This record gives sequence, structure tokens and C-alpha cells, in this order.
Amino acid sequence: MDFALSQDQKLMQASLAGTLDRACPLERVRAFAETREPVARDVWGALTELGVPGLLIAEEHGGLGLGLLDAALIAETLGAHVAPTPFLGSAILAPLAIAGAGSPAQQQAWLPRLASGDSLAGAAIAETISGARDGAGVGARGGRLNGKALFALDAAEADIVLVADSAGGLWLVAGDAPGLTRVLLTTIDVTRSVSELRFEATPAEALSSGDIAATLRRLRDAAWTMTAADMLGAAGVMIDKAVAYAKERRQFGRLIGSFQAVKHLCAEMAAELEPCRALIWYAAYAQDAVPAEASLTAAHAKAHLSEVSRFVARTATEVHGGMGITDLLGLHYWFKRVGLDRQLFGGPERVRHLAAVMQGLAAA
Amino acid sequence: MDLAYGPEYQAFAAEVEAFLETHRDRWPSTVGATREQVLAWQKTLIRHGYAARTIPRQYGGFGAEPDILKSRIIAEGFTRAGAPGGLAGQGISMLVPTLLEVGTEEQKQRWIAPTLAGEIIWCQGYSEPGAGSDLASLRTQAIEDGDDFLVNGQKIWTSTAKQADMIFCLVRTEPQAPKHAGISYLIFSMKTPGIEVRPLKTMTGAAEFNEVFFTDVRVPKIQIVGARGEGWRVANTTLKHERGMLGDPNAAETRLAAIMAMMNEETVSGERLIDNPVLRDRLMRLQARVMAMKFNGLRLITSQLAGEQPGLAGLIVKLQGCELNHQLAAFAIDVLGELGALYEDSPHLRNHGAWQQRYMFDLGLIIGGGTAQIQKNIISERGLGMPREPKTVDA
Repeated sequence: MDFALSQDQKLMQASLAGTLDRACPLERVRAFAETREPVARDVWGALTELGVPGLLIAEEHGGLGLGLLDAALIAETLGAHVAPTPFLGSAILAPLAIAGAGSPAQQQAWLPRLASGDSLAGAAIAETISGARDGAGVGARGGRLNGKALFALDAAEADIVLVADSAGGLWLVAGDAPGLTRVLLTTIDVTRSVSELRFEATPAEALSSGDIAATLRRLRDAAWTMTAADMLGAAGVMIDKAVAYAKERRQFGRLIGSFQAVKHLCAEMAAELEPCRALIWYAAYAQDAVPAEASLTAAHAKAHLSEVSRFVARTATEVHGGMGITDLLGLHYWFKRVGLDRQLFGGPERVRHLAAVMQGLAAA
Repeated sequence: MDLAYGPEYQAFAAEVEAFLETHRDRWPSTVGATREQVLAWQKTLIRHGYAARTIPRQYGGFGAEPDILKSRIIAEGFTRAGAPGGLAGQGISMLVPTLLEVGTEEQKQRWIAPTLAGEIIWCQGYSEPGAGSDLASLRTQAIEDGDDFLVNGQKIWTSTAKQADMIFCLVRTEPQAPKHAGISYLIFSMKTPGIEVRPLKTMTGAAEFNEVFFTDVRVPKIQIVGARGEGWRVANTTLKHERGMLGDPNAAETRLAAIMAMMNEETVSGERLIDNPVLRDRLMRLQARVMAMKFNGLRLITSQLAGEQPGLAGLIVKLQGCELNHQLAAFAIDVLGELGALYEDSPHLRNHGAWQQRYMFDLGLIIGGGTAQIQKNIISERGLGMPREPKTVDA
């Protein structure tokens, strides 16, 4: 029995953190956000040097062949750095879909290119998890797609996009396919690229090997686990920043961190967030090692982190006093990061409903 | 990360299961077991290493090497089988570890074995009316008188004082010393002349606690544990053991399962409670919290196995665990609606009124053993390195 990270995992996380400290300091995040770049190629390049794009891709296809727990540690670190980089679409969802439901030829065609970071992949699967809004929905007929998908991740300059249709099918669409229109959506979180995709008789190739429903479940559970891990990282940094600020800011002749009114807020944040770390480790581990618990633990990780990180984001901002809400301090990048994570792939009420459904406690 | 137990432990789990099956006829029943049956079961458990497992043999224990996984397997095995575990109580869980750490050889020989066997029941004399969270300001005094101390003062929140044979008690022996340095740790018989026990009835309707009054209680000086003036350090050895007791994630998991079963069975106007989406959402929220605390527990076990300090993951257990148990009881009451307000022996009562009882009693657990506010001081100061509140002059 060993419920802890391995030496390799700790080293990998530390080395990624070091890389991001250099490649992606707050000024870089700010520049990305203010100029609305579609993709921060330099940050992606730094991740590529560490092999992040191919982290889940098998070694035979040029990847690292790691698991979802390793991926969760990377997601946590990206969240901690509010890193403006493709990840969930390109390094997680598309590779999982192609490895799970792609033919050998499709795997051979795409996995090595994704693993090397040379190609970028987007993922448009939100409606299959959180439901369709504003007339979203994708129909497939004769190898062509029609309709639209909202909240596509990493799709803006992607070479290939994973698309889930409304009937439970999975497709790959080339980024330059005729009839594909990509519209960048503006979210509160300006550190990640979210798009709407519109399809008009857009040619697509089906991913149709194996159990597609199982692959869709795996994609959903991975998406939940990764957004939860992203929130863990972001919320953890917000606590660190609040504590550091309370240890240097003086009022009434005292460090404000010596007032119980302030330090108890910090204790409450830590007490809420710390058990989340174990929840995410377990959920991420379960994705590969405990299939029977994979969906439920992923759902609870997502819903619970959504609640806890909202509390932390709000409270950490308050501990900073007026500085907390300024653009100058930049705490809002973390605040907004968890704000998007909370809504993506279903807000907590939706996810808890699905958690009840999977236990037979509610009808779908 | 590897959550499998490995062959040695799987074999051990099978051993536990086999033991419980072959001894099923000797399990004392939860209601109405005689003292003899309970003590005989305790003896059997110690002999097989399922109670007092790591206490050395010469002091009446089983004498196994500490092995957290085996302890966990035993606890899980007993819970799964619904078997009564070994005796708990403040003597076994708090005094024995303290004596093992700081007691004299004679004290260990004399007190540990009969305590483990359940022959001596202990109570804890720490809190006083004027010394709660600020325990070190306690004023019960022990004055030297020949070979004895004369103890005068009052203790409060003393659970099991009515049944107890003995008390382990904090007293002030050096009134001139700074408050933490003037305390000593005494053990003495509750039959000593000059002790009066008054039950302290709480909001649950039961007297789970007592007040204990000392008037010229004569205690031989050799019954001090640790040196004179060292009682605060000795007590902290004991409190460390208490904090481990008060946030058991298994209790929360059991409660959650009971609530889930209740929601599946109970109906309001023909609709099952589980079919109410608002209640179901609250159930799911609590399930996530129970899971997080359970996995946090796995993390703590692993760091104990590795001999590492658990840090924040350990510091938050008392605060979060007690709060979660309380929230579960509150939710169970809400699920029951009007029936949730029934109590004692009312018609239509559910679960013997346990949810209301727990809701009230568990509020006491949030306060006792270091209040939630003290826990937050500990988390922020020790866990986050935040500055202490400046001392006022008279504190």
C-alpha cells in the first residue's frame, strides 16, 4: 500500500514548475491575455521539450506512455502557473480518443505528430457531457458534419480537431477542412483558448474502433480529472499568495497575518483544499488502475474542486484587501482560471447529478 | 502509487476474517453483554493480537511490531464483519501510550496490563471551568504534604468519571513558575476520600460528562508521571493521541451509507427521498467530502509508513473530520423532515433518535479536544507559518 507520489513524479512536477517559472512568468501570461494571441507557441515549445504533448501517448508512437496521474500532476502545475498553453485538447483528449477509438492507421497518422508537439489538436466534446445550449449539436451523415459545437478547447490553430457528434460518434476534422469555421469565444479566463466550431458539410473521418461509449466515458472522466487538477494548482497558489501577503502587510502596527480574523480565513482555505489533493490523486490513479471507481471519483473531484476553489479564490482575494482586485497584482488570472474550470464540462450541480446517475440514484 | 496490499497483508486479512468467523459465538452483543463477556472478549483479542497489538508483552500487550497496515486491516475486518472491537476509552487510548513514553518502569508494570484488560477504567482530569482552550492556566493545586500531595480544585468535562476507578489529572504544583512550567501529571484512585463527582447533563438529555471536585485529596508523591513541573509536556503526549481519535473517516463513511440507505427506503407522499433532486444534490456534496477525507487518510497512512511528517494533511483532520460528521447528522435530520425532529422514545422515531443525538453530541466534539478555532490557529501557525497573536500582559 503506497498512496504517495513516486520520486519520478515529484521530479517531473518540479522540473515542469521550473520550466514554467522561466518560460511563463506572470508578465508572459499578461502579454498573452492582453494581445489575445491564439496560441502561445513559446510556452508550448517549452512543454514540448519536456515531452508534455506526448505524455499519454504510447512509446511506440513517440510519446512518454505515462498515465492520468502523471497528467493530473502536470495539469496541477499548469493551473498553478495559469499557463496560457494548449493542453487538455491537444495532450489529453485527442490522444486518448485516437488511442481508444482510432484505427491503427489513424493512430499511426496522428499520434506521433501529436507526441512531438509538431501538430496541435483541439477537442469539441463539451455537449456530450454538459448538454447542448444555444442550438449546439453536430449531425453526421455520409462522412460530413453539420451543426455547431461550443467550448471547443485548443481548437483555434489546431491541425486536427476531435469532435463528438450528437449521436455519440467521434470524428476527426482537419483544421483547414472546408466548411469548418472557428470562432474564438471570449471567456473570463483569458489564459486558455475556447472556440465555437461551425460545420457545414465538413468532411470528417470517423473514430470507430472498439467501444465508443467507453471511450467517451474515458474522455469525460479525464476532462473532469484534469480540470479538477488545474483548479487544485490554481487554488493552491492563491492560498500561498494570500499567506505570503498576510505575512508582510502591516496594519494597526501588526502583520495582518497575526489577526485571527485573517489567519483563520487562511486556515479554512488550507483545510478545505488539502484533502482535495488526495481526492485528485485517487481519481487520477483510478482512471488507469481502478476502472470501477474511475467515473465516480472523477465526478466528485470535478464538482468538489469547483466548490472549494471558488471559496479559495474569493477568500484569497479578500485576504489581499483592495490589492486583491487590482489588475496590477494579477491575482485575478488565477481567480478567472478556476472560474472557467468550474463551468467547463458541467458545473458542479450538473456533475453531481451525473454522479448520482452513475450510482443508480437518479435517472439520466 | 499502488493501493494493493501485497501477499503478506492479504494473508493477514484472511487470518483476521477466519479468527472472527471461528470466534463468532464469543462476540459480546452490543446491548446487554455482561462485564465478564466483555472482559473475556478483550482477553481473547489481546491474545490473538487484535487489541493492544503493539504494546510490549511484559506489560500485557501482544507485543507486535507497529504495522499501520495490519492495524488498518484489523479495523476494516472487524467493521466488515460487524464484530465488536477491543476496548477503547481514555485509559487505553491516552494513558497507556503516555506511560509507555514517560512512565517509570514500576508505573508501567503496575498500570498498563490491568488497563488493557479492562479491569481498570480511567478518566481524564484536564479541563477546568476557568481553563478550557487555555488549558495551561489550570488552577487545581497540589501542595506537598510529607510523602503526599494534597489536591484541591475542580475539573469539568470528565467523561466516564462515574465509572472510573482511576484518574490521570493535571494539577499545579509550582504556583510561582510560569504557567506551562508549574504543572504536574498525577494518577490516583477515584475512591480516594475528598473526591465528589457530579453528573453534567448536556443538551442531548444525557450526562455524558461530569464535574469532579477535589477537597484535600491525598495522593502519594510516587504517583506522579514524569517530573514535577513537566506535566504540560506529559499531557501533550496524551493530547497527541486524543487528536488522532477524534476524526475517524470510517465513521463518516458508515454514516453516509446509512443516510443513503434511508433515502432509498423512506418515502414522503409516495415519493422516495432519493428522488428529491435537492436532497440528492446535498447527498452528493457530502459524498465528495467523505471521499476526500478517506483518501486523505490513505495519504496519512503512507506518510506514517515512510516515517514522514504528514504536515497540513494531518493538521486539518480534527477540524474537517468533526465538521463533516456533524454535517452528516444535520443532513440526515433534514432528509427526515418533520420526523427528523422526533426524539427519545417517540412514536415514528427513526434510528432510535440517533441523528438528533449525534447532531447535538458532535457539536461538542467540534468544541472538545481543541476547539475549531484553536485548530485554525494550529493550521495557520504550524501548517502555514503565520505569526502568532501577540501575547497580552496577563495571558
